[in-house]
Amino acid sequence: MYDAPNPATEVGQQDIKITAKDVQVYYADTHAIKNVNVDIVDRAVTAFIGPSGCGKSTFLRCINRMNDTIDICRVEGDIRIDGDDIYDKRVDPVQLRAKVGMVFQKPNPFPKSIYDNVAYGPRIHGLAKNKADLDIIVERALRRAAIWDEVKDRLTAPGTGLSGGQQQRLCIARAIATEPEVLLMDEPCSALDPIATAQVEELIDELRRDYTVVIVTHSMQQAARVSQKTAFFHLGDLVEYGDTEQIFTNPKDERTERYVTGRIG
Amino acid sequence: MPVFWLVMIVLAIAIGGYILGRGRALAGAGGDSRHLHSLPNYYGSNVAIKAVAPAFLLMIVWLIAQPIFVSSQVAGDLPDGIVADGSSMSLVMAEVRRTAEGINAAVASGAMSPEMASSGRADISDFTTRLQDAGQIVTATITQPILNAAQSYRAMNATGNLLMTGLVLLLALGGTVWGLRESYPEFRARNVVEASVRALLIAAASIAILTTIGIVLSLIFNTIEFFRIYPASDFFGSMTWSPSFQGNSQLGIWPLLWGTLYISIIALLVAVPIGLFAAIYLSEYASKNVRAFAKPAIEVLAGIPTIVYGLFALLTVGPLLMGVFGNDGLGWMQSGTAVMTAGLVMGIMLIPFVSSLSDDIINAVPQAMRDGSYGLGATKSETIRQVVLPAALPGIVGAILLAASRAIGETMIVVLGAGAAARLSLNPFDAMTTVTAKIVSQLTGDSDFASPEALVAFALGMTLFIITLGLNVFALYIVRKYREQYE
Amino acid sequence: MTDASQSGAHHRGSLLTVDARTRKRNAAEARFRYYGMAAILTGVAFLVVLAVSIVRSGLPAFTTMAVEVEFTLTAEQYADAEGQLFKTRAYEGYFNAAFEQQLQDRNVQAGFDPEAVNRIIGNTGATLRSFFLENEDLLGQPVTFNLPTSSRIDGYFKGRLLRENVTDSRFLEVSDLDLADELAEAGIIQSKFNWTFITGKDSGVDNPGGAGIGASVIGSFFMMLVVLFLSLPIGVAASIYLEEFAPKNRITDLIEVNISNLAAVPSIVFGILGLAVFIQFAHLPQSAPLVGGLVLTLMTLPTIIISTRASLKSVPPSIRDAALGVGASKMQAVFHHVLPLAMPGILTGTIIGLAQALGETAPLLLIGMVGFVAREYPDGLISGFMDPNSAMPAQIYTWAARSDGAFYEKAWGGIIILLVFLLAMNIIAILLRRRFERRW
Repeated sequence: MYDAPNPATEVGQQDIKITAKDVQVYYADTHAIKNVNVDIVDRAVTAFIGPSGCGKSTFLRCINRMNDTIDICRVEGDIRIDGDDIYDKRVDPVQLRAKVGMVFQKPNPFPKSIYDNVAYGPRIHGLAKNKADLDIIVERALRRAAIWDEVKDRLTAPGTGLSGGQQQRLCIARAIATEPEVLLMDEPCSALDPIATAQVEELIDELRRDYTVVIVTHSMQQAARVSQKTAFFHLGDLVEYGDTEQIFTNPKDERTERYVTGRIG
Repeated sequence: MPVFWLVMIVLAIAIGGYILGRGRALAGAGGDSRHLHSLPNYYGSNVAIKAVAPAFLLMIVWLIAQPIFVSSQVAGDLPDGIVADGSSMSLVMAEVRRTAEGINAAVASGAMSPEMASSGRADISDFTTRLQDAGQIVTATITQPILNAAQSYRAMNATGNLLMTGLVLLLALGGTVWGLRESYPEFRARNVVEASVRALLIAAASIAILTTIGIVLSLIFNTIEFFRIYPASDFFGSMTWSPSFQGNSQLGIWPLLWGTLYISIIALLVAVPIGLFAAIYLSEYASKNVRAFAKPAIEVLAGIPTIVYGLFALLTVGPLLMGVFGNDGLGWMQSGTAVMTAGLVMGIMLIPFVSSLSDDIINAVPQAMRDGSYGLGATKSETIRQVVLPAALPGIVGAILLAASRAIGETMIVVLGAGAAARLSLNPFDAMTTVTAKIVSQLTGDSDFASPEALVAFALGMTLFIITLGLNVFALYIVRKYREQYE
Repeated sequence: MTDASQSGAHHRGSLLTVDARTRKRNAAEARFRYYGMAAILTGVAFLVVLAVSIVRSGLPAFTTMAVEVEFTLTAEQYADAEGQLFKTRAYEGYFNAAFEQQLQDRNVQAGFDPEAVNRIIGNTGATLRSFFLENEDLLGQPVTFNLPTSSRIDGYFKGRLLRENVTDSRFLEVSDLDLADELAEAGIIQSKFNWTFITGKDSGVDNPGGAGIGASVIGSFFMMLVVLFLSLPIGVAASIYLEEFAPKNRITDLIEVNISNLAAVPSIVFGILGLAVFIQFAHLPQSAPLVGGLVLTLMTLPTIIISTRASLKSVPPSIRDAALGVGASKMQAVFHHVLPLAMPGILTGTIIGLAQALGETAPLLLIGMVGFVAREYPDGLISGFMDPNSAMPAQIYTWAARSDGAFYEKAWGGIIILLVFLLAMNIIAILLRRRFERRW
């Protein structure tokens, strides 16, 4: 059986889920990501931090090839999930994104009912054999996103009618309903109030038991609270990567130190 | 053209007033414009406005009121029983007016002396021949009461015109004097001028409302007139449309409404799928280059006048369809003009209408919505079908309703392409006709406006106006609600 | 850890192999994409078919088959002809004699038949007489005449009339076609540019050959003058009020809703309005370009107001603030700064509105501007506005509605001319936009 990871002890010995080698990203002529190398650990939360425009979101969007939807964006280098090169010609980005889910900065529920929002992914990927099966999947996703109790009586109500925090947890439920292995979160709390933020953070901590979570955040406190590994990006470079505790208490690079102490950013 | 010269004289007074007012204000300030409240030109303009505005206002009111007043006076003086059976007061008055105009023209061309024109004892037959000699069309011989009425009509109009000229000139001069008295340095000329300009702007803006009122009134009055001589229950209840100018017409609206509806449905069946898919392709798939070429190419279809489409239907599409469905082919079609012909061509015309409106609406769906779907591993088409289109649905429905209203109101394509027979048939290859086509055919030609066959056009116009207005208001409401949702 | 094993351990295949379901979904994706492409291609195809049928059917209207004959009339013959009772008959006699001689000189085999010549080029005598009456100085000199052939012969050469469909009648006999073919082979019947079509007037139902669009172009021109000089100032004034001065209240809302609804009212309703208000009520003359212009003005105003407001809106508020800041009144700020900056956009919108009005047909039919009234050129400015005339699209409609197929060619030709005008207006609008476009 599988042992729940314990961030305090065994982070270093975890399986590696995602490896990135010499990744470069260009937006037209702008070199947005320079030579990034990183190994992301399975079943742990990895935080990407850094000042705005440092490329952390761009890099995150490389992991499920969301950058493909932007015409002028070009990715070079090697990103592997479980050893498979995700930029290989044979890889279908659609299949990849089913495996690597994503939660966005602003809650973006579809203008559909709460149920249909969550059921959307399982439906398009054909995960449910029948309606009862789908009901189970939806309920499980909503429960795991810790929003079931709040919405179970109004599953047919529109998802856009929920509060900001609820919407974001709905979006998380929507993402995990497709049973991904990796969950990418692009500043999931930046549009939320402190209480909603706390709920979502709690949820993220829960999720790491089952998923590889990569979170981009502006808030260093958040990174410290939820993550086991932290990567610091600055001007397109990955400056430093290591255990969260080490990054915040004993950074090796001077730039990291200045950032975590609030002197650049 | 006495009115033309009157206008010119008033304008000349205004220009004179402008120069005088400007000079007077400057003189009052000792020639130094810095001592004036406003720039000198404003003082001149103030005078000019005061000369022109009241004078023109009076003139416009007078020009509208005089014919109404004179007509009602003359009509009141006509002896009883002049209105024959099958005729109406307005027909008699038209006769009076024609005679009066004929006399005017005869006098102008010298065929009749002014004395004779206004003589109450003139010989009728002599009068008629003189009018005919002068090239004025006279229906038959003029009757004595008509001649008398025409003469008093002329006399009253002459007095009225004289009175108006005098009053207008007086008002223009009075206004000038008023403005000149205000041309002293402390007077706030700019504010007055700006207030007048503002009034002018408001007047321009209210022309839109006046147009609507004009449309509604002209439809209502004539429709009421129509229902007075033709029962409304027949108009809305009868299933036959067979006007005949000998009377005894059957004027049921249903065959026309059915034709209109049928053609519009076919048009939408062509335009909506093509337009919608074109919009989807342009906004979601097309590369920049394709979009730069295809979008304007499709929109060119919207800039082509409808007469071109009408001709296209009559001379290209009709014969083409006849080749396939006509007697040489499947034998469903009797002639090139048919519901199918008109509907198909109208559909082509509506493609850009649907596509560019839908394009706008699809583009208004936030990118975050698409990202959310792609992030879950949806393909582009799944995203479009299950997220973008449902989100854009209200807007697209609005666009389709606007297109439908366009189809219902379209005239030239159906006049040329749909045929002239009013029938209730289900065969799309039959010739049918529409509300708009019948408005055209009932109002062109030499009919007078008093017969039910001509007046029915106004009732048809009223129906058309109400249907399209309802569709437009509803569609614009939906589209606006939709836009607000994403703003 | 049961929960974890249930959901965490997903047994998906390798990313490098595409599973069956994904393959199916990708196929659906490709299909969907093809539908989109098909829609675009259909739209473009319609445009191409339309363009081709316009050009193919319309170009023949610009040419006419004419008989080119050199003819000399001596002064004696002239005096003799003028002295006779049937003068044109005499001219025709001289002409036929000369023509026969020429045909023999050029070895045209078919027998010469004055009747046949008459059917091919119509009554030559009247044309010749009126020419020499005006140009007496050309007597005794060789003059080259281009005499247009009858519309049937014209149609025969343009493929409108097929030989097997010809039955002998007083207008045309089958044998005439042989003569015509011979004449064409000898270069005597040639295709000439048809100036009559450009400069002519409507010719009546029985004379398609003489029909021209010139008079109705003039009618359209006078209408456009009315539309331009009314709709531009009124449209600009209304837009300025609504965009810059109008308070936010019910009345303003009403006006705005009104304008957007008017823009979607069917054009024929404006025709009814024109008929009832301008002709029934105000007793303006029927079929006058002035009335047509008024109706089209009311129809285009909403379009012009909408586009003018858009260009006023695109002038940034900082410009207004700057003017107000130096002590200009609001009126001065608008008229001195905002309006000039918005002018290119306003003009572009106005030209496009005019182009729309130029192609409008239905309302004109209701106020009597049908094609057959375009019989005369106006003889002055006032006559241009007030005398009955038609307009290009109405003229085209009249031709299209006639039963004689020879008029269809004229209708298509008229469309080419109409589209040339529209194209020119749109190009001007595009150039204007390019030249003055400002990005803030």
